[in-house]
Amino acid sequence: MPVAKVNGVETEFEPGMTVLQVAERAGQEIPRFCYHERLSIAGNCRMCLVEVKPGPPKPQASCALPAADGQEIFTDTPMVKKAREGVMEFLLINHPLDCPICDQGGECDLQDQSMGYGRDGSRYAENKRAVEEKHMGPTIKTFMTRCIQCTRCVRFITEVAGVPDIGMISRGEDAEITTYLEKSVASELSGNVNDLCPVGALTHRPWQYHYRPWELKKTETIDVMDALGSNIRADYRGSEVMRVLPRVNEGINEEWLSDKSRYVVDGLTARRLDRPWIRENGKLRAATWNEALDAVAAKLKAASADRIGVIAGDLQDAESMKATLDLFRALGSKNTDSRQDGAVLGYGPREGWLFNTGLEGIEKADAVLIVGVNPRVEAPLLNARLRKSWIKGGVEIAVIGEQADLTFDYAYLGAGSKTLAKLPKAATDLLNKAERPAIIVGSGALAGEGGAAVLNALGALAKKTGVVTDSWNGFNVLHHAAARVAGLDMGFVPAEGGLTVAEMLKPGALDVLFLLGADEVDPTGSNAFRVYLGSHGDRGAHGADVILPGAAYTEKSGIYVNTEGRVQLAERVVFPKGEAKEDWAIIRALSARVDQTLPYDTLEQLRAKLMGDHPTFGRIDYLPAPVSFDVASLGAKGDLGDTVFTSVVTDPYLSNPIARASATMAELSALRIAPVAMAAE
Amino acid sequence: MFSRIAQAAKGAMMLDAIGAIGLSLKYMARPKMTVNYPFERNPQSPRFRGEHALRRYANGEERCIACKLCEAICPAQAITIEAEPRADGSRRTTRYDIDMVKCIYCGLCQEACPVDAIVEGPNSEFAVETREELLYDKQRLLDNGDRWERQIAKNLELDAPYR
Repeated sequence: MPVAKVNGVETEFEPGMTVLQVAERAGQEIPRFCYHERLSIAGNCRMCLVEVKPGPPKPQASCALPAADGQEIFTDTPMVKKAREGVMEFLLINHPLDCPICDQGGECDLQDQSMGYGRDGSRYAENKRAVEEKHMGPTIKTFMTRCIQCTRCVRFITEVAGVPDIGMISRGEDAEITTYLEKSVASELSGNVNDLCPVGALTHRPWQYHYRPWELKKTETIDVMDALGSNIRADYRGSEVMRVLPRVNEGINEEWLSDKSRYVVDGLTARRLDRPWIRENGKLRAATWNEALDAVAAKLKAASADRIGVIAGDLQDAESMKATLDLFRALGSKNTDSRQDGAVLGYGPREGWLFNTGLEGIEKADAVLIVGVNPRVEAPLLNARLRKSWIKGGVEIAVIGEQADLTFDYAYLGAGSKTLAKLPKAATDLLNKAERPAIIVGSGALAGEGGAAVLNALGALAKKTGVVTDSWNGFNVLHHAAARVAGLDMGFVPAEGGLTVAEMLKPGALDVLFLLGADEVDPTGSNAFRVYLGSHGDRGAHGADVILPGAAYTEKSGIYVNTEGRVQLAERVVFPKGEAKEDWAIIRALSARVDQTLPYDTLEQLRAKLMGDHPTFGRIDYLPAPVSFDVASLGAKGDLGDTVFTSVVTDPYLSNPIARASATMAELSALRIAPVAMAAE
Repeated sequence: MFSRIAQAAKGAMMLDAIGAIGLSLKYMARPKMTVNYPFERNPQSPRFRGEHALRRYANGEERCIACKLCEAICPAQAITIEAEPRADGSRRTTRYDIDMVKCIYCGLCQEACPVDAIVEGPNSEFAVETREELLYDKQRLLDNGDRWERQIAKNLELDAPYR
């Protein structure tokens, strides 16, 4: 390996590294604004100047200079100090001194670096320039006078998000970042530019002026807005979650976060259920916990075991599902289901419902067939990874299902099961020729009547084309609900002879229907006694006979399993609202009243039981290695019929009760439906 | 033994009592130190740190921009601020509470304020009958500002050369 000297210390580096990276490897901090390790190199802020020998007798921009063997790099000489002070002074010439009203204040790179590397005062006495504000949509608030033209936002939106909506126009003092046509940024990753902005030019519009970074307490937890299980940091003040920021996890979300996961937090304070309710004479009345639980227990005891059923929701933690499953099994019920979308998964080996390549592993695939899922809607960060892999080259992508703009080119094969029944030769060739082919299938293809047949056909295709071999498993199921994999892992599916979600909802099917945070189904057709346990007054709570207030995902410690099968532990950020309790504790209290007391009194005991019954839950933060399995045995042989695969997530911004309660999500949804109307603002 | 006799002799001669009478007579002749409060007042420094007030600009716009520096620096954590954008898009507080019971009148809030919005005014007479009345909200502080603005402005002006 080549060796360079950084401030006299010999440092080995890999060929192709830049001077900045080599200096970082040697432990020398280099100030920077425009350089970002996940974006292309721009070299336009000049903050990273260092002295390099051999070379011209002037400072060099280290972020754009390839390191060479035997090079001598200096980061602390008078020349470097003077250069940094000069750059800093120029950057501050046109930067307004409005830190007290700037939302970036306190976590601003420019503030920190001017303290660390700048001069003590300014020698500039002329007028500062002012730049007009831009409209960039409901997520981005602009203060363009503060912009230092680092172009990080431009590079992110163009390279990672794949939506070239932001750019820079004019030169010199007139240079401006703009959306060209004053239109909203049509990206589902737009919030990330606010994180990337090193100054306060782009800030989070939904949280504008709501907090100061120093008054927030931070909890590291897991996102549940999609099935990827992005790692997040929830910042709270008092009893309110003020914001959500991404944490770095190379295997899942790198350091990005989708707008939905980020800006949904205002839904955590609206439309909350904060006390139990009982319906009497057709009207809901506020009740105590004892009354509510007694009412549920009386109905459960009175009904026969095959006339009670439970549906688990998309945001449930594994513990509450385990407790519910144990309770209903103890009561003798077979009617348990966690698949609100009706996908025919959950039988056979675990690999049959996992994203087997892993999210990081999908970048290794050289051919990808996407079936019945719109990754840009259901898992924006997976879509960004596919785009990354597509930009790098060497991957060919084909789609059966919706013909949507996925920010990368793909071969469109057809709309539904007819195409799958008679795949064009081009598609089979694509998978056959590829060394590491992968199939991504979503609930859109697996739901409904023909789901089992579609799954079986895909399994057969996977076996035939080498998608699953001894060393490679490219059969990927992309879920859209954070709770799904945990539910399937613990067997939260109808037992032999039990009713599925659709059957349970039929009129007269059940006497007692228990909705565990299930809001994506329409229970109004069922004439059963309906109990709703959940956090928001949403679809499930409408018309319910007893409402038990539960905790939202930031209000309980819980286990979530993401679509790859990675088990992650979410932490409690704030306490449940009002009289609401953690979901598992409510189930535990109910179990005592129906004389089926569950054998756990604490969350730890419940987890121990969960991990004992299903050992996969014990492997926290562990990604299972790809295992070959009998992929052809999935589903059931049958007639594929003629169904059009449409994504089950019709509007990602309104796909769960928290999102439906959020004002920001409503804005984003309106923009999605009618982009023109918003741009005219 | 000797000291005891000396002490007894001193007592018999009432030297202490005579000294005390002498001292009283001396101070009777001097000018009075006390003032007839509240009809008379002692002079007050322009830096006096009394009851808090939130000031306005001359056009009636409140000065406070919700930067929360006063909240951050307050050693007694007596200040609570919540903010959001006002209808015109400017950064304003929706809540500005000072717990005057917690407050230690150190003056750091007015030192931290970049726009001279929160000040400790000259008023020291705000005794109340219940504790709750000492939990000031934004309106109370703004009213204080309106009431004392003339004197606060004068005090700031007098102190300006030394800042």
